[in-house]
Order: sequence, then structure tokens, then C-alpha cells
Amino acid sequence: MMGLTQFAFHSMAAAWLQFSLQPPAASSIAKNVDEVYYFLTGVTAFFTVLIFSIIFYFMIKYRRRPGKPHDPETHTSMFLELSWTIIPSLICVVIFVWSSALFVRNSRPPANSREIFVIGKQWMWHIQHPEGPREIDALHVPVGENIKLTMTSQDVIHGFYIPAFRVKKDVLPGRYTSVWFKADRTGVFHLFCSQYCGTNHSEMIGWIYVMSPTDYAAWLAQGEQSESLAQQGARLFTQLGCDSCHGTAAASTGPALAGIYGKPEKLADGSTRVVDDSFLRQAILTPSTIHVAGYPQIMPTFTGQVNEEQVLQLIAYVKSLGAQERTNGQ
Amino acid sequence: MSTTATVENLPSSSAEPQVNYLNARYGVRSWLLTLDHKRIGLLYLGTITLMFVVGGIAATLMRLNLIEPQGALVEPETYNKLFSTHGIVMVFFFLVPSIPATLGNFLIPLMIGARDVAFPKLNLMSWYIFVTGCVLMLYVVCTGGVDTGWTFYPPYSSSYAHTDVFLAAMAIFIAGFSSILTGMNFVVTIHKMRAPGMTWFRLPLFIWSLYATSIIFVLGTPVIAITLLLLGVERLLHVGIFDPALGGDPLLFQHMFWFYSHPAVYIMVLPSMGVISELITAFSRKRIFGYSFVAFSSLAIAVISFLVWGHHMFVSGQSVYAGLVFSVLSFLVAIPSAVKVFNWTATLYKGSISYEAPMLYALGFIGLFTIGGLTGLFLASLSTDVHLNGTYFVVAHFHYVMVGGAVMAFMGGLHFWWPKITGRIYPDLWARFAALIIFVGFNLTFFPQFVLGYLGMPRRYAMYPAEFQALNVLSSAGASVLAVGYVIPLIYLFWSLKYGEVAGPNPWGAKGLEWTTQSPPLTENFLKTPIVTEEAYSYETAPEPEVVRV
Repeated sequence: MMGLTQFAFHSMAAAWLQFSLQPPAASSIAKNVDEVYYFLTGVTAFFTVLIFSIIFYFMIKYRRRPGKPHDPETHTSMFLELSWTIIPSLICVVIFVWSSALFVRNSRPPANSREIFVIGKQWMWHIQHPEGPREIDALHVPVGENIKLTMTSQDVIHGFYIPAFRVKKDVLPGRYTSVWFKADRTGVFHLFCSQYCGTNHSEMIGWIYVMSPTDYAAWLAQGEQSESLAQQGARLFTQLGCDSCHGTAAASTGPALAGIYGKPEKLADGSTRVVDDSFLRQAILTPSTIHVAGYPQIMPTFTGQVNEEQVLQLIAYVKSLGAQERTNGQ
Repeated sequence: MSTTATVENLPSSSAEPQVNYLNARYGVRSWLLTLDHKRIGLLYLGTITLMFVVGGIAATLMRLNLIEPQGALVEPETYNKLFSTHGIVMVFFFLVPSIPATLGNFLIPLMIGARDVAFPKLNLMSWYIFVTGCVLMLYVVCTGGVDTGWTFYPPYSSSYAHTDVFLAAMAIFIAGFSSILTGMNFVVTIHKMRAPGMTWFRLPLFIWSLYATSIIFVLGTPVIAITLLLLGVERLLHVGIFDPALGGDPLLFQHMFWFYSHPAVYIMVLPSMGVISELITAFSRKRIFGYSFVAFSSLAIAVISFLVWGHHMFVSGQSVYAGLVFSVLSFLVAIPSAVKVFNWTATLYKGSISYEAPMLYALGFIGLFTIGGLTGLFLASLSTDVHLNGTYFVVAHFHYVMVGGAVMAFMGGLHFWWPKITGRIYPDLWARFAALIIFVGFNLTFFPQFVLGYLGMPRRYAMYPAEFQALNVLSSAGASVLAVGYVIPLIYLFWSLKYGEVAGPNPWGAKGLEWTTQSPPLTENFLKTPIVTEEAYSYETAPEPEVVRV
């Protein structure tokens, strides 16, 4: 019994030491989000205290006293009704505009972002750097640089959540979602899965390592994988025989891929779509749903032949073709 | 004058042994085949109390497990089944039917001066349908459980989970028909069965709120039914509807699920708002402040609640523009709730306030619902929701609304109408003590969860990083206090059935037709159809309370 009490006391004391009311704020947007949070906390505290005080005041002042007469009639006041409809509405408008502006600003990754790929699978995070290194349940990023994560899931829906950065986005199978951040201090921060994904959901956690640019460069250099993502894609491109139709020869059966990334492509139905990650993913896995104008629709599906990592390698390769062409053109 | 109705509807001599709906007929058959809305209300009360115990046991085990970061009690697999069971049972088999099917069934005909609901046989059928759903759900719980969470997100639920997702979905599917039929029954009853003189603007606000609830029942429930049916089709027959591997769209499920499940939040909270309007007026002996504002805010909530579902999906991959629209609509739905809170508070002004147990629950409701509602703004606001979505902040927020709001009001209503339902009065001191324990235990359980959520602890975690332990231990300690608070009423309410003081027709001196007839009422409710000549809450003509406790 003594031991148990002692144990309880010890663990409570230990817990108290770790007690904190604020998560670390380590990204460029964390402070802005916290400002909205604190404003909302202020509004909540103000109205809660207001309502509680009025109730307690009335409870005491108008408590029932036998023999004391009171008037059961109430006199509804249009002025009061309108004030407590309009004032909260105005407060809501302020919060909405402020918070939404921040959200819209945060939802678009800056153009100069460094891109890293994330694949969620039960129950781990698989990170793929374009330079080649792969990580599991860990993500190394340089401080002060815009990082864009392009994410997909191999199985069920996951949620990519870094509390210290105040960012979160669901990771879905069958499509790409993206999230971006700029870490503004070095350190190690939690990565959580925020969307319930099955038995070991609570173990689908990892760490974000924010490093100084020099440390990051050193870390990249010692990466075990010497081949970059695009190089792996190039190998795969030949292995799968993609080059027989999408080769450099002028008489190819399929559209040539050099310089295609990021450009609008005319489709057979007259519409145009920009060739981005989602477009390429769809073209590889379900080619029957994309018919590029001027070419026969004969491409076979690669669903089942390539996994999500390999799709990302192929996309990186196509992207690198665009970069090469631009370099050649200059 | 309604006072005339009062006299006519009471038995001529109190010395005669009283005939009422409870002792008019005896035997199991008389209960299982009853068409009396009051008995059906009690059948529901028994059923949902049992389901509440099941959901409560699951919650207790969850909170015990979370005392230790590595899980103190069970494997993650079991923990996942516990929170799924807790969510499914509490939402679909307790909260949704709680006030409407028990107090609503019992009180709607009494409050509008009718003999019964419009379709008594349909009413009994609704209960049998509901029980079928309950039995199926309990079967699932006993034979291995389900581990998808109450939200059933595919493709996990449709293609990956190894538990009995199909039967659990069917249990909810079946119980849904009980909601639809009950809602329809109530709408028709309120439209067609009102006593002479009971105009729309003389209706008690409890009726207005149940009318709004019934509309959501009828319009919203079919959507969850078809959604779960499609999920079952995909799971059993592998028809691609939601799973992208089969050509489906997982966001389609989320849209359909929340199209019902957000209005469902108001199914749970609108009736409680109705109860609170009755309690506040009765115990401050005042006409409600701003009757029409309170009444129309119920309808406004019912309508707008159908347009806010996307706020559950701000980080789901939904478009930024959809996010903006759903955000502004979600702020909008907060306004009518705020209007209600202000009107209840203003009703207390210059009242003659007494603090019996139901009033303590009502005041507790206002406080907790205020916090629950205001913390909803954090989640309607886009940039803060990105951080808080899927964390314990959300758990804390909806428990403030669902438990601090809906369950507090249910308890308050149950205590308020207990003398009418049973003809007995429970020990008030115990009841006040329990109300206090529940209030304290509730806050201790759920307030730390706001902080946990802001710190970033995701919900549905069987294990968690050690730095979150202090707040989790605090929350679990609160849960044990809360559990005690719920057990005490269970004991004294049962005790009062036999040993409680006999209640007169109107122990609180409250207004409303239900208090003009005997306690417990006759099977026919009223000896003579009452004629209504005054507005609701005309406390200037109310009788004095039989027992005055200050």
C-alpha cells in the first residue's frame, strides 16, 4: 500500500514537471494561428464569465423568499434581442475574416518550395526525398526553407499532423494532397497520424528533425541511396517499356514527355488540363480516363504493376525531363 | 380559464384508490402490446438506460486505459473497439432517442392536451424497431465488437477492418427507421392533435424544439441509412462506391455521413434546449423571455444545421472555397444558440428562483452549453481547426455539448417530470448532491481535454507520448467522479418508485397542461379535453408549489 501511494505520488510529481499548457510553436504560421486561438480563448472566457456572473447574481438576488411577491410577467425587449443577435454576429464576422484569410494564405505552397513525398501506410510514414534518401517515421528538413509535402496513402485514410507547426492534412488513397510549412527553429517535433487508421493507429507516429542548412546538406550527402528519385524513375521508365511509346523519336505512339510537366495539355474532349502530379498519377494508373488530343487511346493501365513509391519515381522522372529541356533551351 | 380545466381533470375524491396508466392493467403483455404513449416512453427509458450503461462501461474502460501512456489495461485492438462501441452506442442508441423518445413520447400528448400521439401503433412499432437495432448492436459488441469508430470512414471500414462492420452498420440502419417513424408521428401529432385553444404560439417551447427535432429526424435519417447501406454493399459485394481501389471516392462517404451526423448533433441538443426552457420558467416562476425568439431559433438551427456538414472536413482534402462557405455557415448556426442562452439568462431576471435538483441541472446546462458552444467557434474557424481537428479539443468540445448539454438536460427533465411519470418524489437532497457531483466530475473529465487537444494529442489513441500523462490522469480521475454521479440517481430513482413521497398533480406549481391532470396520469391523459385560454408560462395563474425548498 505504501509502495502504491509512493508510486502514485512519484508519477504525479514527474507528470507535473512535464506539465505545459502550450505546444511548441516552430513554424512560420504557428504564431499567427496561436493569435487567433488566443483571441477565441478570450472571447470564450469573456462570455463564459459574463453568463456565469449574471446567473450567479440573479440566483442570489432573486432567490425565492416566502411571502415576497414577484411579477411573473416578463417584458421582452426588442433592443436586447437585437443586441445579443447582432453583437455575437459581428464578433463571428471578425473571427471568420481573420481566420479565413490566414487559412487561404496557408493553403497555397509558395512557388519556391522544396518538395518531399510522403506515403502513409498501415502503420508507418514513408518519406521519400527527391535527392534519394528514404526515411521511415522520420522527416529531416532544413530550417527556414519552404517545404511542400506531396502525400498519398497506400491503403486507408491517414492524417499528417505536426502540432508544433500547426499543420494537418488528411492523406488519402487514390489521390495526392499537399501541405507546406516553413520551420523557423531547429529541434525535434512530434509527427502524429490524426485520422484513425486501424489497430496500431496510435503507433503511427514519428519525429520531424529540423536542422540547420549545413547539417541538412551533410545529412543528405550521407544518405544511403545514391540514386535520386528521378534516376530511379528513369530506370523504371525503361524497365516498364514506357519509352517504346513515350520515347524521344518523333514517330512515337504516345505524347512525348519532355517539357510536358506544368504545361497545359489539350484533351480529346476539347478541354485542357495542366500536367501535374495528380494528372500523371491518373495517366499511369487509369489511362482510360485521360484521352490526350491527337493520340490513340491505347495505353494499358499500370495499376497493380507499380506501387505508390514507383508512381512518385515516374512522376519525378517526367518532371526532371521538363527541367532538362528548360536547361537545354537556355 | 385553464384553472377550470385543472379542477375538471382531477379525480373528485383523493380517498378513492387512484386508477392511472401504470396500474390500469398489469402483466408483461400489457406492457409489450401497449399503445399508450406514456408506457411506450417508459419502454424507451428502460432500453436507453441499458444502452447508456453499456456505453458508459466502454468509456470507463477507455479512461482507465489512458492512465498510463503505454495503455494500462488493454491492447490497442481492444481499445479501438471500446471507443467505437462507446461512440456508436452513445450517439445512435442513447443520445439520439434520449429526450425525444422518452420525455417526448410521454409529454407531447400531455402538453398539447391530446389523448395520445397521432399513430399509437406506429409508435409501438418504432420501439420494436429500435429494440431490434439495440439487440443487433449488443450482439456485435458481445461477439467481438467493431473497431471503425462511430464515423465508419472508408476505405478502412469497407475494405480493411476485420471486425463486424456490416452488422454494426445494419444495427444503426435499423434503429434509424425508429427515428424516422417517431419524427413523423410527432410532426403529425403536433399539427393535428392540439387541444382547442392550443395555438402554435401557446405551445410550450419543449414542443417547438421537438417539432424542429422531428423535422431533422424525417429529413436527415434517410441519408445516414442509405450511406450505411452503400457501405455495407461495398463491404460485402465489393462494389466500388467509396474505396478508391475499387473506383470509389472516400470523400463522398464523409460528405454523406456528415450531412446526417451534423444535424444529428442538433437532434441531440434541440430537445435539451426545450427541456431547459421548461425548467427555467418553472423554477423562476416567470414567463420565458423572448418566446418567439426562442421558438424560431429552434427552427433556424434545424434549417442551418443541414448546411454546415463540411466543417468536419476542413483538412480532408476538400477545396479551399468549400471550406470558406462551410466556415461562414458554421459561425451562422452559433447565433441562434447564443440567442437561446441569453434569453434563458434574462428569464431569471426578477424571478422567484428556487434550487430543486432539476433547476441545478438546468443552470449547469446553461454554463456547460455556453462553453461547449463557444469552443465550437474554434472549430468553425478555419486556421485554428487545422490544428485542432482530430485532437482531444474536438472530443472535449462535443462532450461539453452532448454530455454537459444533452445529458444534463435529460437528467434535469427526468427529475422534473419524475413525479408526473411515477407519482412519486425522489429524495431531493440526494438529487441535488448528485447534480453537483455530475457537474464537478464532468468538468474535471473534459476540461483537461481542451488543453490536451491544443497541445496536439490526437483522439482515438490507445497509447500516447508520456508528456500528455498528467492531463490524462486528471481526466480519468474526473471520469470516476462522473461515474459515481450517474450511479447515485440510478439508485434513488429506483428507490423512490416504492418508497418516495407520493406526489400531487403539480408538486412544483408549474404551468403546462401536463400538470393539470393527476400524477401519474390516466391512460386517457385527461378526463375531459382541456380548453386552453392562455399563453405558455403564464405564471400569474400558477398554483403555489406543494413543497417549497429554498
